[in-house]
Order: sequence, then structure tokens, then C-alpha cells
Amino acid sequence: MSPFEEHPETQWVGEEAGPIVRPYVLTRGRTEPTRGRFDLITLAVTVRSASPRESGLDPECLAIVRFCRQPQSVAEIAAHMNLPAGTIRVLLSDLLDQGFIALQEPHSETDMHDESLYRAVLDGLRAL
Amino acid sequence: MDSAHSSRDAGQVKLPRAIKILVAGGFGAGKTTLVGTVSEIEPLRTEETLTNRGVGVDDLSGVETKQTTTVAMDFGRITIGDDYRLYLFGTPGQERFWFLWDELALGALGAVVLADTRRLADCFPSLDYFERRETPFIVAVNCFDGARRYDLDEVRLGLTLHPDIPIVLCDARERESGKEVLITLVEHAMKMRLGTAPAAGNTAPAT
Ligand SMILES: Nc1nc2c(ncn2[C@@H]2O[C@H](COP(=O)(O)OP(=O)(O)OP(=O)(O)O)[C@@H](O)[C@H]2O)c(=O)[nH]1
Ligand SMILES: [Mg+2]
Repeated sequence: MSPFEEHPETQWVGEEAGPIVRPYVLTRGRTEPTRGRFDLITLAVTVRSASPRESGLDPECLAIVRFCRQPQSVAEIAAHMNLPAGTIRVLLSDLLDQGFIALQEPHSETDMHDESLYRAVLDGLRAL
Repeated sequence: MDSAHSSRDAGQVKLPRAIKILVAGGFGAGKTTLVGTVSEIEPLRTEETLTNRGVGVDDLSGVETKQTTTVAMDFGRITIGDDYRLYLFGTPGQERFWFLWDELALGALGAVVLADTRRLADCFPSLDYFERRETPFIVAVNCFDGARRYDLDEVRLGLTLHPDIPIVLCDARERESGKEVLITLVEHAMKMRLGTAPAAGNTAPAT
């Protein structure tokens, strides 16, 4: 089940060029997001839905907006879209700029001193 | 305590807090298996480009060398109520790239180092890395069929493990065993970071 109904991914992959072309084209050659910190576990959630006609978004971006109706991590989005995490970061930063998604930026290491976090995780694991 | 106070509002949507745990170890040590047994989803795979920004400078040219490698990682997820989501990453066995792990290890709750008793030395680079980085970690000794049964103290000696580092036996294919491994890690991380053991409180007494 491809997330791109209207835009099969084969279109992007040139026989000669190999699959590297697609992420590169998608991000127009950019490798770094313009803003935001994007860890693999940074969560993204859609805050404004996008319709294919009005939004002017790439099919990939539309697919991300659809997928993130439920909060998803960068890693999950990358796996779902079958694209490298680096490509997803760039697309997410565009979607953030355009107001389609919101992010939960990762907490810093110093935030790992919250006792309630450990207790909640331990209780959760014991209940598995 | 006051879970009402939450700054993680994305407009009207409240996002859970995502927590990262790394599962490291040598080639074939059972990383993917462990991630899969405890995960609520089929393990997914993601590709990440890791960069070591301007650490070494090339001696001859004086040009800053930027080392980059692409690694494939398996990961799984455990949802803990509405507030937390645990992500487990099976980190690649390419130990010579350990110096690129910083981007992965940043902000991690801790790490599980899987030791395969048939190839104990394979986990040395992971141990060195987490020790140096002061990332809380535990060692889980994966009991492969046909491997000589080791005594945990023996393994601890073999790994020259600090006495404070927990070491447990596990079978990465068993969910209960995987759970125990994670609980041991979280308890250890809590102790390291907060200096408190998870007090008896409402939990069952230890046996
Ligand atoms: N007997 C036994 N076999 C195990 C255990 N854990 C993993 N295996 C088996 O060992 C093999 C390797 O396990 P993986 O989980 O793929 O190991 P890995 O560390 O992800 O391997 P790489 O990603 O290739 O480095 C698989 O065939 C597993 O079924 C265990 O606890 N006991
Ligand atoms: Mg694996």
C-alpha cells in the first residue's frame, strides 16, 4: 500500500540515476531543515488539513499531512514514506513553515531528571 | 505529580513525550529480535545519515574532514498511556562508526548493550562508547542455544564491567525477558540521574 495514490514513486526513480535522485529532487537539493530540531523521535502532528487542489503541496507532503493526523515520529514518517530520515526533516520543516504541522521538539538531556517520567515508564512497562 | 501542567500543546493537540532507548551490540547479537519482542508494532526500518561535524582535520590538506555514513536502523514503539511514547532503536553493528552515534545517543534515556557469549568482545566498542558518554546502560547477556552457559559474574569479569552496571541474562525472543531488560535499564537510569532507587511505594516488593 503506497501512500502516494496519485503519484507512483517509480516516476521519480531514473534507471540510471538510481533511487538517490528522488529524495534529492523532493528537497530541491537541500539536506538541512531550515528550522526546528528534528531528532528521530521528534513528533509531528497535523494541525491544518491539506486538500490536494488548494494546498499546492507535493504528493509526498500531502501524504505526510495525512499520515500525521495521529502524532508520528520522524522515524515513523520516514519508514512509512520509505524515504531517508534526512529527507523527511526537510519536508517537515517546510510543512512547519506553512502551518500544516506542529512539532514536539526533543527534550534536552538535562530534562531526563524528571522523576515522574521514570515512574510512569516503569509502571507502563510492568503493565505490558 | 501535576500532570495538568503541560507545555507540549500543539495548538489543540497535546503531544506525548517521546523517549528514546538504544539497543546496541555486536553483529547478530539479537538487537532486532529484542526490539521486535517488546514493540507494539512490527519493527520498522529507517535510514539515517550520521555526520561527524568537523572533528578531525585532514593532516595533509588542512581541510576539515566531515565523516558521514548512512545507517539502517530497526525501531519499535511502546505507548505508555497518553503521556509517553517509548521508541527503541536497534543501532547498527558497524562499530567503527561509534563516533557517529552522538546524534543517536543525544537525549536517550539509556541503552541496552546485548552481549553474545560466543563473541563477547563484539560489544566492547558499545560499552566503551556509553561509558565515555555517560549514557546510562545495562548489559543483557543473550542466551543463544548451544552457547556455553556463563555465570554472570564471569561475564562481568570478562567485560571488566563497573560493579554499578547491572548485568542480566535474557532471551531476546521472549517478551517477558525483554520487558525485564527494559525495566532494569529504566531503574538504573533513574538511579544514575536522580540518585534514587525506585522506592517500594506502590510497587511489589522485590524477591
Ligand atoms: N537462541 C536465541 N536466539 C536468538 C536470540 N536472540 C536472537 N536470536 C537469533 O539470532 C539471530 C540474530 O538475531 P537478530 O535480532 O537479527 O540480531 P541483530 O543484532 O539485529 O543482527 P544484525 O542487525 O545483523 O547485527 C536470529 O536468527 C534470532 O532469531 C536469543 O535470545 N536466543
Ligand atoms: Mg538487526
